[in-house]
Amino acid sequence: METLWFCLVAIMVAGYVVLDGYDLGSGFAHLFVARDERERKQILATIGPVWDGNEVWLLAGGGTLYFAFPVLYAASFSGFYLALMIVLWLLILRAISVEVRNHVDSPLWRPFWDVVFGSTSSLLCLLFGVALGNVVRGVPLDASGYFFIPLWTNFLPGEEAGIIDWYTVLIGLASFCALALHGSLWVALRTTGDLSRRSRLTAARLWWVVLLLTVAITLVSFAIQPHLYGQFMRWPWGYLFPALAVIGLAGVFVFNRASDDLRAFLASCTYLAGMLTSVVFGVYPLVLPANNPRFSLDIHNAAAPTYGLQIGLVWWIPGMILASAYSVFLHRHFSKRVEPD
Amino acid sequence: MDSALAIHRLQFAFTVTFHYLFPQLTMGLALLLVVLKTLAIRTGKPIYDEAVRFWAKIFGINFAMGVATGIPMEFQFGTNWAAFSRAAGGVIGQTLAMEGVFSFFLESTFLGFVLFGEKRLGPRLHWFATAMTCLGAWLSGFFIIATDGWMQHPVGYALGPHGEIILSSWLGLIFNPWTWWQYAHNMTGSVVTGSFVMAGLGAFYLLQRAHEEYGQVFVRAGVTAGVIATIVMLFPTGDRQGVMIARHQPVTLAAMEGHFETMQSAPIALVGQPDMDRLALDNPLLVPHALSFLTWQHWTAEVKGLRDFPRDLWPDNVPLLYYAYHIMVGLGTMLIAVMVASAFLLWRGRLFSARWMLWVLLLAIPFPYIANTAGWITAEVGRQPWLIYGLMRTTAGVSPRVSAGNGLFTLLGFMGLYLVVGILFLWLVWREVEHGPNAAAKAEGGH
Repeated sequence: METLWFCLVAIMVAGYVVLDGYDLGSGFAHLFVARDERERKQILATIGPVWDGNEVWLLAGGGTLYFAFPVLYAASFSGFYLALMIVLWLLILRAISVEVRNHVDSPLWRPFWDVVFGSTSSLLCLLFGVALGNVVRGVPLDASGYFFIPLWTNFLPGEEAGIIDWYTVLIGLASFCALALHGSLWVALRTTGDLSRRSRLTAARLWWVVLLLTVAITLVSFAIQPHLYGQFMRWPWGYLFPALAVIGLAGVFVFNRASDDLRAFLASCTYLAGMLTSVVFGVYPLVLPANNPRFSLDIHNAAAPTYGLQIGLVWWIPGMILASAYSVFLHRHFSKRVEPD
Repeated sequence: MDSALAIHRLQFAFTVTFHYLFPQLTMGLALLLVVLKTLAIRTGKPIYDEAVRFWAKIFGINFAMGVATGIPMEFQFGTNWAAFSRAAGGVIGQTLAMEGVFSFFLESTFLGFVLFGEKRLGPRLHWFATAMTCLGAWLSGFFIIATDGWMQHPVGYALGPHGEIILSSWLGLIFNPWTWWQYAHNMTGSVVTGSFVMAGLGAFYLLQRAHEEYGQVFVRAGVTAGVIATIVMLFPTGDRQGVMIARHQPVTLAAMEGHFETMQSAPIALVGQPDMDRLALDNPLLVPHALSFLTWQHWTAEVKGLRDFPRDLWPDNVPLLYYAYHIMVGLGTMLIAVMVASAFLLWRGRLFSARWMLWVLLLAIPFPYIANTAGWITAEVGRQPWLIYGLMRTTAGVSPRVSAGNGLFTLLGFMGLYLVVGILFLWLVWREVEHGPNAAAKAEGGH
């Protein structure tokens, strides 16, 4: 039962990364690919009707985590207090910038909110990667089941590590580039003309960076967290997940080169989901490794009691089927490429 | 009071109070949008469609602000109230996750259709999208109230060997009797806000002699909904909510009413200032027997006073609780009077030319917000000193490792950010109001 919920939470997180990933990533394209007002409007129009719904995956994923693994929720949210508050502020600023940008036609107003939108989106991409890096590296949990970790200390992933160290920053960079690639593919897919063509080109360049970083973080992660290695040794079928990521990344290259935007975007979704599930598989059955392995949180000591998990299945599964159906419906409805005005 | 605790409480109070300024309008307005859209289809008059487009824009801005300020609420359960989440997450996580799964997806998806999809959907599907947005908003309200209702009156749980709180009956959690009255009272409150905003803005257009035909539609819809909602606010929902408190939180009742001495034929205080040194009410204006009757439906029944409860069970801020409650009731009464008078004039066909009444409607816009906020302060301060009534004290629920310094840093951050958000919000809404419903009709659908 705990394992099942572990998988369901992982699916929620993967859903969030794939969906909100493209609209966060399009913040990069908004700043660096779009060249004028017309093109920026095009980009915003591609995410306008969907970004709200994508962000709901974060809320629903958080809620699912909360009731299935309350001990993890309590420990991690209070432990990463400062980082999470910064994430909240960035999310708020980003929502505001999308909402207010188009209301005033002024040469000062729009560029200002463009920078806010682009930079908050990009920082969020980076921070989500940093968060993932923290989960892999482990945190100073103690016997009380809590910890508190400062934003940074000596930038080394040791006993005294802060949220930001060279390892988590590396993961953050990888996440930023992967989502920038994802966002560029999205913009290529959903727009027409020159903007679409240039997004494809940007994606082709970013691909090499993502490839390089993927290799780097894979090597470094196995060195930082030996638990990962044991997992893949114990259950070799788990190589399926990294294989998925490799296939996805290769697919991005092939399809993007062939200007097959839809397949390239879907390949990027596969890559992101493959990377994420690889991490999740590697960490299992832990949910939050501690520096001292005795205090690590795993699916058993962090989960809610069985009755709640069982009854949760009864409403959660139909609820999420319905919710996924809305998401599919919404994306299909707004699937036409956005033309420049 | 330990200062970290005070800061965590203050941060939650501040962020939730600010947050609730937005959903209270969206939930009430969602219902009014369905009414207007229904009228549009029934009558075939384009003015109702234009009205829907106009209000949908205001709804959209409010919704975005509500989402942006709502995410911190869910996060803070973990960040600032970790011990509470650890103990009770298995119970209230259920309702919070249900909110995400059942209502947020519904609301955000169909709002996308309401705002961007009118042309492609056609009138009937657009009506459906409007209704689904409303359903999403109202479900969201339900799951939040179910969470709060459980904290006010915990049911359907068992205690584990280490004091952890274990969900034992999911149906018990959902059908908590406290929740349903609180939900009814709260949702009526949001309809009150929605109708006052709609009627007030209609009055504004009529007074300005601009967009007058829309002004009439807004005032008619707002006043009709408002007169029903303000009365239902008092009876049965407010009354029943009061009885719930009397039965399950008698200390809170005594503190709310400023009732210090146990007595038969207890009077109710309309005004007065609680003096916590003498434990008495200064300058009271009393209605004899009323408290006994309202509490026990019996003019001479005994009502226990605050002095006869152990001091460590008292809400920790009696004067704040007392004032919040009295402000809520006082404003509620005035709001009923405004709506009844307006409805009477509307019925006689004189409202649109009665400029003084239109002025009253316009100036009344802030008051339902204040009344709703005061109502929530009553509920939450009244729950003290408990975080989960009778089960966990507020002092025990706070995150053990988040220091006062870090808490103050984020509290100040929220204050600064929300100041900006608040200013932008007011300005955005003002622009829509200034453009008027005609502009909305011209630039169909988009932002």
